Formats: sequence, C-alpha cells, structure tokens
Amino acid sequence: MIEIKNLHANIEGKEILKGLTLTVNAGEVHAIMGPNGAGKSTLASILAGREEYEITKGEVTFEGADLLELSTEERAHLGLFLAFQYPVEIPGVSNVNFLRTAINETRDAKGEDPISAKEFMAMVREKSKIVELDSKLASRSVNEGFSGGEKKRNEIFQMAMLNPKLAVLDETDSGLDIDALRIVAKGVNTLKSADNASIVITHYQRLLDYIVPDFVHVLHDGKIVKTGNKDLALELEEKGYDWIKEETQVG
Amino acid sequence: MGQYTENELAKDLENQDYKFGFVTDVETETIPVGLNEDIIRLISSKKEEPEWLLEYRLNAFKTWLTMSEPNWAHVRYKKPEFEKITYYAAPKQTKKYESWDDVDPEMKETMAKLGISLEEQKRLTGVAVDFVMDSVSVATSFKSKLKELGIIFCSFSEAVQEYPELVREHMGTIVPHTDNFYAALNAAVFTDGSFCYIPKGVRCPMELSTYFRINAGGTGQFERTLVVADEGSYVSYLEGCTAPQRDENQLHAAVVELKALKDAEIKYSTVQNWYPGDKNGVGGVFNFVTKRGLCEANAKISWTQVETGSAVTWKYPSCILKGDHSVGEFYSVAVTNNHQQADTGTKMIHLGKHTKSTIISKGISAGDSQNSYRGLVQIHKNAHKSRNFSQCDSLLMTDHCGAHTFPYIECQNPSAQIEHEATTSKIGEDQLFYCKQRGISEEKAISLIVNGYCKEVLNQLPMEFAVEAQKLLAISLEGSVG
Repeated sequence: MIEIKNLHANIEGKEILKGLTLTVNAGEVHAIMGPNGAGKSTLASILAGREEYEITKGEVTFEGADLLELSTEERAHLGLFLAFQYPVEIPGVSNVNFLRTAINETRDAKGEDPISAKEFMAMVREKSKIVELDSKLASRSVNEGFSGGEKKRNEIFQMAMLNPKLAVLDETDSGLDIDALRIVAKGVNTLKSADNASIVITHYQRLLDYIVPDFVHVLHDGKIVKTGNKDLALELEEKGYDWIKEETQVG
Repeated sequence: MGQYTENELAKDLENQDYKFGFVTDVETETIPVGLNEDIIRLISSKKEEPEWLLEYRLNAFKTWLTMSEPNWAHVRYKKPEFEKITYYAAPKQTKKYESWDDVDPEMKETMAKLGISLEEQKRLTGVAVDFVMDSVSVATSFKSKLKELGIIFCSFSEAVQEYPELVREHMGTIVPHTDNFYAALNAAVFTDGSFCYIPKGVRCPMELSTYFRINAGGTGQFERTLVVADEGSYVSYLEGCTAPQRDENQLHAAVVELKALKDAEIKYSTVQNWYPGDKNGVGGVFNFVTKRGLCEANAKISWTQVETGSAVTWKYPSCILKGDHSVGEFYSVAVTNNHQQADTGTKMIHLGKHTKSTIISKGISAGDSQNSYRGLVQIHKNAHKSRNFSQCDSLLMTDHCGAHTFPYIECQNPSAQIEHEATTSKIGEDQLFYCKQRGISEEKAISLIVNGYCKEVLNQLPMEFAVEAQKLLAISLEGSVG
C-alpha cells in the first residue's frame, strides 16, 4: 500500500524527519506513537502534501506511484485521506456541498461520471450513522460551530464518504471525551477492510484500547526507533517515553 | 429547486477571462464629442423631450459647472476628460421594436451572447427585461402582460413621452441634480434607462430586469432608473451590466432613484460586471453611480449588489428611512482583482421612529487591487428606538492587495441601538489545504470558500442571478491566491 524509505524532511531549515522508514500493507492498522516534537504530525502533513516541508532525502511509494511527485489533490484522488488534528472551518459551505464536490472531483479524476443526487444522499444517510452524526450537521457549514468531538466525528464521516485506501489519523483522539472516542473508534473499525489500511498517530495509548493496531511504532527524533505489537503501547503507557529516549541514545 | 453544484460551475467557467468583451457590429448614431449647452439641447431634441425636461437638464448642467469632482474616495485614477466623451450613441433603428421578430439579428445575437434571451423568457414567464444598449433602450419584454396589472415597465425615454406627469412628479426628488458631481452630470446628459411604477396594492408577479450594455467606443453611459412602488405594492428589480474590452476608460455615471410609498417593498439587485480593465490596469469602466431610495411609513427597500467589474467603482446605494417603522437593507459583495479599485458601501439615514437597517458587506480583494467599504449610519433626533446592524467583512487573497473600512456613525437619539462588526481575514492556506486534501482542486476550493463567505449576500439574490453571481465570482478570482 505505502512504502516510506529513509525519509528526511526540513521545515524552515530545521530537520524534523531524519530517515523514517515504514511499510504498510493492505488490511493493516499501524499506530505511530511518540513524545511531543518527535515528528508525528510532520509525517502526516508530508504524506498529505503540505508544501511548507522540504523533502531532502528518501522516497515514498503509494499504490505504485511516486507519492512525493503528486499534488495534494492527486494523492487524495489515489485514495489517501488525512483526518486532521485540527479540522478547518469553512463558513457558508455546507458539509454536503463540500463532500459532493470532493467526491465528484475524485470521480472526475478517474474519468467517472458525477454521483447522482439520490445516490449521494443515500450515502450521507448511511455513513452518518457510522459515527452517529446528526444529519443536521451534514447540512451545516463545514465544521463551523462544531464542538471538538463533532469535528472529529465529522472527519471520520468524511472518511467514510470518501472511502480511502489509506487513512492517516492525526491525533484524532486529542480533545475527545471517552464517549466521542468510542464513537470515532467504532467508525474507524467499521470502515476497516482487507483492501484498506490506516496509520493512527497518537500520543496516548487509550485510543488503542478501541482501535487495535497490528503494529505499534515509536517515533523519536525523526526516526522509528522501536516497533512492536499492541503490547508496546501498553508498555509506553506504563513507562512513558523516557526509556525509549535513553535506549536510543545508548544505541 | 435544483442546487447548483461546484461541478456545474466549473463547466461554466470554460472561458476564464472577461467574456463579455466583444463589440456588436451595429450601425451607431452618435452626436459630436463634447459637453456644452448645445449638446444637451441636441440630446433633448433627439429624444423629443418636453420643455420642462430640457430646462431640468440645462439647470443641472449649470450646477455641474460649479462643482468639482469628489476626491475623498479611496481610489486613484486619471480624471475623465469630459470634453472628449460622446454623450449620445444609439444603435441605429427607426423605432423601438414592437415585437421580438422585428429585433435586428445582430442585436439578438448580442443578447444571446450576454445570456439574455428575451425570446426564451417570453415562454418561461420568468423575468421581464428592458435592454439598454449605449444610450437607448432597445427592447422590453412582457410589457403588455404587466400592463394588465397596471404596472408600468418601460424605458425612461418612453416614460417621459407616455407618463410625463409621473416622471415629473418623482424624478430628481430622491437624488436631486445638486446632490453630487456625477448626479449633476447625469441629470444634464442622461439618455435613457428604465422606469417602473407599481400601482397601489399590486404585487409584481415577476422579476423586472434591466440589462445595461455599453457597446460603442468613446462614449459614456448615463442612464437613469426610477422605480416607484405605490402604497402596499411589491417589486423585485434586477440590473446587469457589461461592456466591451477596450483600452480606454469608459465612463458610466448612472442615477437610480427608488421610492417606496407606505407599506411598499422594493428589492433591488445588481450584478455589476462592467469591463474591469486588463491585468495591467489598462482600460476598464469608471463606475460612478448614485443610488438612493426613500421609504415612507412601514416601507422597505433592500439593495443587493454583486460588484465584480469596473476599473474604478464609486457607489453607495442608500436608504432614507423617512417613515416610521420603515426598513432599509444593504447586502453587498465587492470583488476587486488585478488593478481594480472599489470604494463602495451605503448610507442609512434614519429619520422616522422605529426604523431599522441592516448592512452586510463582504469585500474580497485580490491581485494589486484596493477595496474599501464606506458607510454612514445616521440616526436623527426623532428616530426613536431605531436600530442598525452592520457587518463588514474583508477577505484578502494576496499580500499586496488592500482592504479598507470607513464606517461612519452619527447618532442624535439616545434610544437608538447600533451594532457594528468588522472582520478582516486572509484566505486561509489551511482552508485551501483542507479542501485539496479532500481531492478538491485549488481553483474550485477558492470558489467554494469565496461563495461560502458571500453566502449571506448571494442568498438575497433571485435564483437565476445567484447562479450568475457565483460564476462571476469564480471568474473574477481565477488564479488569484498569492
């Protein structure tokens, strides 16, 4: 699905990623954990194509394409989805209009006909149930006046609507109460299939009680320094990140 | 009602530049260049006007000579040379067309290119149109149907001939010729425009629309519009404007007067798309317009404007809330790109008790343009318990454009309630990135965000116009983020 090899990246001259390597196959859920400033959100931004970052070395192959050569929207058309840590408000643009535009742009890029209004509305009804999103929110402006939990649920709703190959969830659990967390996780689990994959970026272990990862990676100082299964997350929860830092320095 | 999607919008945007820049090849009758009493007499005689109107013109001209061009607006331009303008240009035709079949094919083609099909509208019962090209009104549709209801909708010249007493009674009562430099100029040399009268208690069953088109080179367009809504009546009126692409700056100085008598309501919508000049700021229309409405008791006037065209815009559609409980509204979207300059806003003059006004202004600046909101809210001594709400938002698309807000508030009555909100924001990189991550291209994302930003105003427009306006916004802002 995606293969990241020896990725180095700078922002404003400062090196954030220092040789990150990661392979994700279809059907897998990978969790990326790490202390603040490790480069977790940078990774998400670079995969989605934010322009502020300078890639100095390395390569990323996504669905057979050279990801770093593609524009942000081309990556989206190929099936890459980023659930934002801070979803953006777009006043005056309804969620449904936004999503319909997004779906049709993707369809257009693939040479497909636009979605019919009927099919689209049926999809909205079906998918909004997955994240228990009030159908009223679907007709409101994108994220405007949404609570923190609603915004995150809306991200998962959009993910459900766009049906991506690879979903990158950037600290989707931050600022969520336990109920919202459960709903979000349920959404992600429902959408999981043998054909798609997700990278779950998180600071805390608690999200992983609900979204069970196949692999847990620890990102520290721009590199993946440790990989394990879900038990690694529990260990991190218990011991914190310091031992990883020390271990890395020793190594 | 079908929703107009962004996808359809994109398809409509095949031609990304100013697409109304063509010239219609019709024989044009013009008078000599220049401005003096003889020219005014000539215009008046061409229009076979009554003596009182000639007097009115000459009087206005005398006043104009004593006035100087206003320079308080936040715009810079080379002052027009009034001696070098042709004040009358008319497509040559013997008389106004009695039926659609008589209309010159060239003219029909022009209307089709502009997206106005009088023929089509005959069938659709949607909108009655008056088409004004250069100095004269060319065709008006639906006239007889409106006449059955006692509604008069015709060109201004025709109104002068057919309903002189109505014209004489109302013309210049809201915007007197002494009002300002351009209003005086217009009063002296105006050539045509639209006239509309809605009788007592009648609700006009369709949108009335005037389409203004500058065609001939070297000319100015000076039209007057007068809308009188008698007691308890209602009318929704639309105007659209385009002009050919020329290197020269053409002058458009119009006057619009609205009178809403007791319990009447006038909704006046404008989509202004005069040629804005090229990317380097060469050419384009100078749009210096005076628009004002008067509300008697319990009456309501609502101005909605979408301003995307013109090199320089100087325009303040205003309401005089004379009657108690009268209501004035101003909804505006002004877009400037490249080297365009706009200084636009409104005046809400509260005279009556319990009068209410709302101002929603959305400015969008791109390129090297300058966009100013200028507004006055004036509460007079007797305007007890009057209320105003103003919201002025500015959106910047680049780092080198300007957005300015000049709100003036004068309040002489302590029971009044005035609220003013203003925001300035730069189009968010975050918003654009969010859209792009969802697969939406930058151009489409901009149009989505901008349309969302203007929604409150666009919602005020009748459906057909709202669609037109959305397209215009997208065209005006092509490739404008920087």
